[in-house]
Amino acid sequence: MDNPFSLENKTILVTGASSGIGRQIAISTAGMGASLYISGRNTERLNETLQLLPRAGHTHNTADLTNESELDVLVDASPNLDGLVLSSGIVQTLPFKFASHLALDNMMQANFYAPVLLLNKLLRKKKLNKGCSVVFISSIAGNFTGTKGNSMYSASKGAINAMQKVIAVELAAQKIRVNNVSPAMVKTGMLDNATVFSTEQIEQDEKNYPLGYGEPLDVANGVIYLLSDASKWVTGISLILDGGFTIQ
Amino acid sequence: MDIEKFIVEFADQYDEIETDGFGPDTKFKENEEWSSMTALSVIAMVDDSYSVRLTGDDVRKSSTIQEVYDIVASRINS
Repeated sequence: MDNPFSLENKTILVTGASSGIGRQIAISTAGMGASLYISGRNTERLNETLQLLPRAGHTHNTADLTNESELDVLVDASPNLDGLVLSSGIVQTLPFKFASHLALDNMMQANFYAPVLLLNKLLRKKKLNKGCSVVFISSIAGNFTGTKGNSMYSASKGAINAMQKVIAVELAAQKIRVNNVSPAMVKTGMLDNATVFSTEQIEQDEKNYPLGYGEPLDVANGVIYLLSDASKWVTGISLILDGGFTIQ
Repeated sequence: MDIEKFIVEFADQYDEIETDGFGPDTKFKENEEWSSMTALSVIAMVDDSYSVRLTGDDVRKSSTIQEVYDIVASRINS
């Protein structure tokens, strides 16, 4: 039988592809047969990702998605898409008392406005093919859990899941599906840089996960499912990827 | 940088305990209030006031306010 998870003959845009989860999603989806159009802020690291992609014929575009004109360039240069993975984002850990207008603006710009406006512009330019699958990289934070120091990040991810419900019903007529994966803690460079927690605190936190922390590959495999025709009856969901964390 | 001002800013991160007696040698974790939230608050305060990014490990390895002050001072000058 045909592999229901195949991404052959699909053209997919992955944002945030210069590092971490986005890079792994690019590698894994290319491995499943997709032609990729990847975007990231850092040209050098984006080129590294491009070199890591199985097979040839992929394209890339360096863009800071919080910059409206760079966003427009990315959209204009985009091929018509069968898949869109919105993986760019930032993390900032700050007690709510220290939140500020500026810090909240930066968070919402990067994690909420950028992915949502990219999707909006692609739709206006009719770049999403019938049957296209849109996948937000959200989080359990703000949707299923509340963690100290995570208020602004949680707000940005909660906003994505809230808006997704409406986008999913609006686009269903075009057979465009809109879902998200909501991971818990994943071991990436972002974790290495999230140094407000001590090594000991991180080791202790991982013990709260029945299956331990996740890897970028665990997220990428969930994204493959949502991009593939295996999930053609699935829209508006949050696929929780958390090693059992939220069971407890 | 001024240690007296730093102590006031540091003490301000506590909401429950009496901090009038705080000084350079105060062992800031040895009280009922200290928690992971106080640690995050100290890190955020240092970023706000001194534009220095302390890490969780910096706070973990320090026991007195003076030790934290010295780390911040060394990074301001570097």
